[in-house]
Amino acid sequence: MNMVALRNTSHKLITFLGITRSFWLWFAALLVVVGLLLPLVYLGMRGFSADEQVWAWLLRAQTLELIGRSLGLAGAVSLASIVLSVPLAWLVTRSDLAGKRFWSTVLPLPLVIPSYVGAYLYLSAFGSRGLLQSVLEGLFGVQRLPDISGFWGSFLVLTLMSYPYIFLTVRAALLRSDRSVEEAARSLGNTPWQTFWRAVFPLLRPAIAAGSLLTGLYVLRDFGAVSILRYTTFTRAIYIQYQSSFDRAGAALLALVLVAVTIGVLYFELRLNNRQNLSSPQTHKPPPLVRLGRWRIPATLFILMVLLLALVLPAGMLGYWLVRGLAAGEQVGDWVRPLINSLLAAGFGSVASLLAALPLAILAVRHPGRASSLLERFSYIGFALPGVVIALALVFFGANFMPWAYQTLAMLVFAYVILFLPQGVGSVRASLLQVHKNVEEAGHSLGAGPLRVFIRVTLPLVWPGVASGMALIFLTVMKELPATLILSPTGFPTLATQIWSAVSEAFFARAAFPALLIILISSLPLAVFNLYSTKRGSSYPQ
Amino acid sequence: MSRFKTSMLLLTIFALLVSACAGQAVVSQAEDAGKLVIYSGRSESLVAPIIEQFSQVTGVEVEVRYGNTAEMAATLLEEGTNSPADIFFAQDPSGLGAISAAGLLSPLPEETLNKVESRFRSSQRFWVGISGRARVVVYNIDRVEPDDLPADIRGFTDPQWQGRIGWAPTNGSFQAMVTAMRQVWGEEDTHAWLEGIQANQPVVYENNTTIVAAAASGEIDIGFVNHYYLYRFLAEEGEEFKARNQFIQSGGPESLVLVAGIGRLATGKNENNAIRFINFMLSPVAQQYFASQTYEYPLVDGVQTARELPPLEDLSTIDISLERLSDLRGTLDLLRDSGALP
Repeated sequence: MNMVALRNTSHKLITFLGITRSFWLWFAALLVVVGLLLPLVYLGMRGFSADEQVWAWLLRAQTLELIGRSLGLAGAVSLASIVLSVPLAWLVTRSDLAGKRFWSTVLPLPLVIPSYVGAYLYLSAFGSRGLLQSVLEGLFGVQRLPDISGFWGSFLVLTLMSYPYIFLTVRAALLRSDRSVEEAARSLGNTPWQTFWRAVFPLLRPAIAAGSLLTGLYVLRDFGAVSILRYTTFTRAIYIQYQSSFDRAGAALLALVLVAVTIGVLYFELRLNNRQNLSSPQTHKPPPLVRLGRWRIPATLFILMVLLLALVLPAGMLGYWLVRGLAAGEQVGDWVRPLINSLLAAGFGSVASLLAALPLAILAVRHPGRASSLLERFSYIGFALPGVVIALALVFFGANFMPWAYQTLAMLVFAYVILFLPQGVGSVRASLLQVHKNVEEAGHSLGAGPLRVFIRVTLPLVWPGVASGMALIFLTVMKELPATLILSPTGFPTLATQIWSAVSEAFFARAAFPALLIILISSLPLAVFNLYSTKRGSSYPQ
Repeated sequence: MSRFKTSMLLLTIFALLVSACAGQAVVSQAEDAGKLVIYSGRSESLVAPIIEQFSQVTGVEVEVRYGNTAEMAATLLEEGTNSPADIFFAQDPSGLGAISAAGLLSPLPEETLNKVESRFRSSQRFWVGISGRARVVVYNIDRVEPDDLPADIRGFTDPQWQGRIGWAPTNGSFQAMVTAMRQVWGEEDTHAWLEGIQANQPVVYENNTTIVAAAASGEIDIGFVNHYYLYRFLAEEGEEFKARNQFIQSGGPESLVLVAGIGRLATGKNENNAIRFINFMLSPVAQQYFASQTYEYPLVDGVQTARELPPLEDLSTIDISLERLSDLRGTLDLLRDSGALP
């Protein structure tokens, strides 16, 4: 009798503790989501005061066409990025190719080039009367090259600048995916090709989905590249509304439509990838490297080709601007303070975004259900909104209700969290999916608390995912412009704002130096991350 | 061990950076009377040197936020009466118009306003022009003889300009010119002109800079721009840069002279410094800076225009008050109607 009562009480206690354990998770997740709601509240407030003219504009048939263009571009870029990134990620993790750590460090770098700068550089190089044409004119008398603007130009440039989203997430997944499955597949007589499709690819699906969702939403939100490459998307229409009419109500209404489109995309993605838990026990063995043999040269050429187009070419153009400007007596300008500011913003931004991402990702994986998946999906809303929308929302709340926080670094970091949270959620979620619950439960059964288990057991296992998420956020914060311009502390120049300021006034030499610096500096965290993640065996809990 | 060392090194660097920044924050909080907060829609590369000079001469501690004029205006509108700004230095009058329409600007003293011609300032005294930029046609010297350029902008609707024109319908200065067309020609003629240009399939650019670059490379033969971008290209790339300006002297809307201007926020806490700043920007020193460093037109008497430029008084420009160009709504509708804007 006594024993039964005791068991009942302890059972109740455990249930109770179980609730409290997830209570704090839920609480943290809700707190994050409340922060994410601010821009939506703002958009609602502004949007519904829009006048008839805007409604009339919105309700034209052309609006559907604009939305279709946005979605088409987003889909095409995502697809092309998958085709580029999956082989790249596989080559730098599973093959016996030389210099894998180097490739891993440089391949994500195109992500730090601001899209409008990238677009401008490609136009200068491949435009109908660009650099390539002038070379061809000298050789063969070619007067004019076909126009690269419009859909295909935007598609090409956005693919080259945003494939690293998928590359980084897939590479992280490959680094921690279970090798024993691959070994088993190989030992059953499968060729490396068959092994990839039968054993590796299915495990990569969550990472590919997470990465392509980021790519797609990034394209939806971008207006820099499409403006320069003359492809009118829905987001460009929103931007023009802000830009030329000071009509915040109209712009907010359009942004709400973008939110609706994003919700549609998120729902579609959820249906498409019915998510299974793909975890399996992990082994400590290093990956079985696939010998490339006669494929070594084509593989290397493939990597070089991508790098040439996505990184060497833009960097080369920047170098050309710099040299030409310096030769004409231009000054490089002050770069130390912008560099420090960029590092501060990107450092705090990536750590804060990742911390905010953790509760959402953990809930989505460990407490699957309608509520947790809704919260996790919700984190993507901010990612599809143009930075200027988020920034103005925070200006409104900051200046009027939180003057003590307005124009502080904290406020800017908060904006980065709203903007870049899903990059963290996606990576952490994808890597948590590959860690089996049993591992954590073993920790609990040994008497460790949830936080301790997370730090000692889970975190080391998901570290490649966490680190790749942080690297992703770091790179995108480095180049972020609208929120940085609008919300940063007064007198807080960053490399991105310096580039923008110089380019907008045609000081190309002055733009080139900070742009090259951004690329160079961003390779450092990637190099450190690679140093850690490729030695992951040693980061296991002892 | 080496990984531990690397981590410690990185942590130390990070800690140093953070403390450096924190130190900065403490310094900037030490407030005294000699302060001024400027929101500048004009680029840092253009105005930072002269603002620095103001700070040195007067000892006023100046804080400047840089951004683009439209986004700065939107920011000021969102901040409302809680804005920390004293001064809004805008790239074009329409940004100032939006702010003053919201009642956020405070009238300026007459003696400040009277330094510039009446067309370059607000009749309600809310803002004053600081430097001028003329609308011009930029052309490629290999492909166009200046004598073949039409005498007024209507000439570009002729089919011979098919595929040769570049324009930037999203650009504020271009929109100001279209607003001037509506004022002078009327809605119908302006619409006809826009359709005529559209029929010639103009290449759409993001801003003046890209148009000037495209005219030089021969991507387009002519473009509608503000005059002053060209001279910086010439300074950076030399004489082989193949674009030049043609000042259209018709006295019509295409000969518009626009200004970058300044308004004082009514809620600004540093009224005296704000007035001092505006007066400084209209002083011969600052006007000479704009004339020779940014190749803009000085707006006060007795200041030498850059020698690359024809003096303003020699040009036959349209005499229209820039304040009358604030009706952007109608212009945007017209641009949308003609398909120039989405």
